[in-house]
Amino acid sequence: MKKLMFLVGAIGLVFNLSAQKIFTKKGIVKFTASSSAEPIAGKTNTASSVIDKTSGNLEFAILVKSIKFDKALMEEHFNENYMESNKFPKATFKGKIANLADINWSKDGKYTAKISGDLTIHGVTKPITSNADLVVKNGKVDANTKFNIEVADYNIEIPSLVKDKIAKTAKIEVIASYENLK
Amino acid sequence: MKKIYTFILVACGFIVVNAQDDMLSLLGEEKTIDYATASFKTTRIINTLSIENNSKGVLDFKINHRFGPLNGGFYDLFGIDQAFIRFGFEYGLTDRLNIGVGRNSYEKVYDGFLKYKILRQSTGARNMPISLSYAATMDYKTAKTSDIAYLSRDWLRAYYTHQLLIARKFGEGTTVQLMPTLVHRNYVKTKAEKNDVYLIGIGARQKLSKRIAVNVEYFYNLPNQLSSAYVNSLSIGFDIETGGHVFQLFFTNSSGTDTRNVLTETTGKWSNGDIRFGFNVSRVFTVYKPKNLDN
Repeated sequence: MKKLMFLVGAIGLVFNLSAQKIFTKKGIVKFTASSSAEPIAGKTNTASSVIDKTSGNLEFAILVKSIKFDKALMEEHFNENYMESNKFPKATFKGKIANLADINWSKDGKYTAKISGDLTIHGVTKPITSNADLVVKNGKVDANTKFNIEVADYNIEIPSLVKDKIAKTAKIEVIASYENLK
Repeated sequence: MKKIYTFILVACGFIVVNAQDDMLSLLGEEKTIDYATASFKTTRIINTLSIENNSKGVLDFKINHRFGPLNGGFYDLFGIDQAFIRFGFEYGLTDRLNIGVGRNSYEKVYDGFLKYKILRQSTGARNMPISLSYAATMDYKTAKTSDIAYLSRDWLRAYYTHQLLIARKFGEGTTVQLMPTLVHRNYVKTKAEKNDVYLIGIGARQKLSKRIAVNVEYFYNLPNQLSSAYVNSLSIGFDIETGGHVFQLFFTNSSGTDTRNVLTETTGKWSNGDIRFGFNVSRVFTVYKPKNLDN
């Protein structure tokens, strides 16, 4: 009995450690806030993310300074004037796949995940929801989602002098390829 | 037995809770190098070069305006009647190497410089307390004078300035820059004046808001190098940034706009109100895009 219990516990422990998690450290996040005046677009390819396949929990984080722009000065102003990236170095998302039952992680195919959670940008946390396309193939998962955020929601000030040059709604696209976390 | 069972259960539970709380910590934190950026709003503090470089492929068009002395009074509309201008281009060959050329209307001086960033202030994976640049400037005077000796040889009209720019950004808004400087003048009028002039410069900037900063710049000439007519240059001004433009509005006791004039031929005295209002306008253009944003 003693041995059996121990075995059950040990199996549980091992199971939890491997925990059915998938991850990426090379997620791509693109953002555009272009106006008619000029294109404003940035991109990072070092986003990190972990999804727990059993619970549906999902986390995502990017270093704001890793977002690159075409124009060096735009990048400087993005960090210095808008995102204040020394004060708020990371943008994060913590959420859940709401329709976890619809996704069969062990069967290749295309799924739509309904994701909801909290997005933290510039130190401000707001709830968001978005649909993501998941492609499961050979145990790997490719994810893609697009959503919009209101710049003003995150206390990012756009001074009146440049308010026509920057869109009030920023479009965000996320592309990530997940692998098993060992 | 019960104890072991409970222990394992708690251990499992703990790991599960822990994992759900912050799953990203499982990936481990990769240390990145965090460079200090935007130590100054533009590549000039006021008259002198700042530690800031134009990034690779960025062209900076600069117009520097300098009016007459304030103590000219109402008759000269406090100096507005008189104006000198420098216009110039600066370009980032690489993120570290910048070059520039300009033309100064005061004494018809052509100038050119190169500036190389040797060290970059950083934290994180690499700690570097300061940024360090070397700057070499050449000024070439073309104004006609009655000085026969001066006119006899072309090379007598050239001035060379070597500077080390040692800068540190303290926190978000404060930057201090030290500038050990050597000006070599090929020609001086009297023996008392030195061909090589050593100076210590100090510049500082304090941000007042995200887009406005106050700048100060001072050059101390070591004693017994210049004719007594010349004094140390002191300038105080504001930077106002509006997207692609930076406007600098300032007061200075230097009448010229080129380096050798500011460093070795400043005549105005702050105590007499012999100071001038000036403004610099900087506009940057991205000529070449080195970063690949495509997939």
